[in-house]
Amino acid sequence: MSENVARRGFLVGGAVLLAAGCTSNEPAAAPSSAASAPAPAASGNDEPGQKVTIGFSAPAADHGWIAAIAKNAESAAKQYSDVEFKPVEPTNDINQQISAVESLIAAKVSALVILPNDGQQLNQVALQATQAGIPVINLDRVFPDKLAYRTWIGGDNYGMGVAAGQYIGKQLKDKGVANPVIVEIQGIATLPLTQDRSKGFADALKTFGFSVAAKQDAKFTVETGNQVATSLLQAHKKIDAMWNHDDDQGVGVLAAIKEANRNEFIMVGGAGSLNAMKEIQSGTSVLKATVTYSPTMASSAIKLARLIAQGKGMSDLVENQVPQSITLASETITKENVEKYLALGFES
Amino acid sequence: MSEPTTEVMAAPRSSRGFGGLGEMRHLGLLAALALLVVVGLITRPENFATTSNLVSILSLAATIGVITVGATFVIIGGGIDLSVGAVMALASVWATTLATQSYGPVVMAICAILVGTGAGVVNGLLIAYGRMVPFIATLAMLVAARGLAQRMSDRKTQLIQADNAAIVDLSTTRVLGIPLLVYVFALVVVLGWIVLNRTTFGRRTYAVGGNPEAARLAGIDVRKHTVLLYALSGLCCGIAAILIMARTTTGSSTHGDLYELDAIAAVIIGGTLLTGGRGTIVGSILGLLIFTLITNLFILNGLNTSDQLIAKGLIIVVAVLLQRRNLKERAP
Repeated sequence: MSENVARRGFLVGGAVLLAAGCTSNEPAAAPSSAASAPAPAASGNDEPGQKVTIGFSAPAADHGWIAAIAKNAESAAKQYSDVEFKPVEPTNDINQQISAVESLIAAKVSALVILPNDGQQLNQVALQATQAGIPVINLDRVFPDKLAYRTWIGGDNYGMGVAAGQYIGKQLKDKGVANPVIVEIQGIATLPLTQDRSKGFADALKTFGFSVAAKQDAKFTVETGNQVATSLLQAHKKIDAMWNHDDDQGVGVLAAIKEANRNEFIMVGGAGSLNAMKEIQSGTSVLKATVTYSPTMASSAIKLARLIAQGKGMSDLVENQVPQSITLASETITKENVEKYLALGFES
Repeated sequence: MSEPTTEVMAAPRSSRGFGGLGEMRHLGLLAALALLVVVGLITRPENFATTSNLVSILSLAATIGVITVGATFVIIGGGIDLSVGAVMALASVWATTLATQSYGPVVMAICAILVGTGAGVVNGLLIAYGRMVPFIATLAMLVAARGLAQRMSDRKTQLIQADNAAIVDLSTTRVLGIPLLVYVFALVVVLGWIVLNRTTFGRRTYAVGGNPEAARLAGIDVRKHTVLLYALSGLCCGIAAILIMARTTTGSSTHGDLYELDAIAAVIIGGTLLTGGRGTIVGSILGLLIFTLITNLFILNGLNTSDQLIAKGLIIVVAVLLQRRNLKERAP
């Protein structure tokens, strides 16, 4: 009897896991660490099908987020016995990435997942791939020409700014702060993604009647984050809120804040790194929240590539084919919900 | 040839007094600095002249400042070291790897210094005994050291563990209101000045850079001296690695990006000839402070970093044009 109960418990648990594995929209379904067992799916989409080769090209991982992208893509591919994963050497040189993608086209892969260093500059080679009959899954940085890709999946940079702006706006409004000093530390200022983030931030703040007092760019590295924050803290003797676009450079920003011995403001991060989550969890840091831009999108991109190459649709949708574009939502991680996200955090 | 062959003569005649603030060229740099200070006072009266802002300017200057001291020696000695930023990154990564961290902060600091000096020695050996052009040898080191740093860290940012916080203390502990790392910077500058101006090693550096053949005839072991110069530059990178670890609480393969250009630019603005044989530590540090002050002023006033690069470029051009005019006047 008791054995039966135990077995039933096991079965129920298993079913829940299965359901989670195939239907959840949470990025939790495509974890970087739980790459072990391929979850067989009720819908059949995850069952072994026609063998496919997926080519993968991304920038070099000199940054925690990009490193997590490559790792997630690889572990998602490993979940499937019918997928042969063909990554090419990651590089930050556009020229090299073009020839790497050309080599994948020449190898006649069944689908290509490309996170371009620059969407504009890789557009031409993606177009070549599409013309050669290889579906291109464009990851994150978008190709300007829609003919160049079959499906785009990526984060919502504007939404990230909105999420950060809404969190900060609400906190300050609740505290009854009038005319707050809000500063912003951007990533690389010249990138469209940075401009989108800043625009979303400004737009969301505007709904509270607030605006950004100062913004500076910090190139995404710990060191530049530290340098910029050091001077920015000097420029503003009193700050009410700070949004730092990127948790990797955030390590340097937090070090500068600690060194300056400042804690009169709240800070919001960006991307959702493990370090940032731990800071938020501690409750003692100025870092109160971070808005996600999850690298799990790479796992999803591999899954989509497989489905497209096998001619399948997404089992949760009624459509016969995978949609043309998928934008992830930017979620806000705070002390209240950080537990739920810890497993997804990537190391800087 | 009637080339003077004694060691003292091989050094430029005017090398005496080169280190002082009173030097004509230094007056020009001081005037430029003063001008920037006035700009700061006018544009941000409430923020610029505060102690905390001045301290933060010095803290920002410290890391690259230490590297600039080493670069000054190498350039006066007729060479160039492009690998400084990468070597600093490598030293910071090596010092923050888990194995090193479990031995504590002292071992980490020694590790950073040994790695930096070691890389410098390799540079020196390639140049002096491998007969490689300094530009090429240190370019190779730049690429290789950056690669090795990426490999060791698996391209991750390596946080300093809590038990090793003594390193971070360099940045957070203040004596008389000034962080310890600024004292380290000051100490390196003073030691560098003494070595360059008051020791045989310093005189030989001018001699080797001014005319290596004459230096050799004067009995200087030019090759050995060259190795020592690059080792000194590497040593400075190791010390800088400790400072950057203190400031950012991390070791990372991305640290020190483009430091070689900033260091070389500071040295050149400071009046050191790229062809060697002439230059001063004080000039280099003034050049560096001008750069740091510009960055500070741009951020205080909320200006864009791209314009800041344009300003820096213009300053380099103006400084070098002025230098050339000086040289012409000097010519017979």
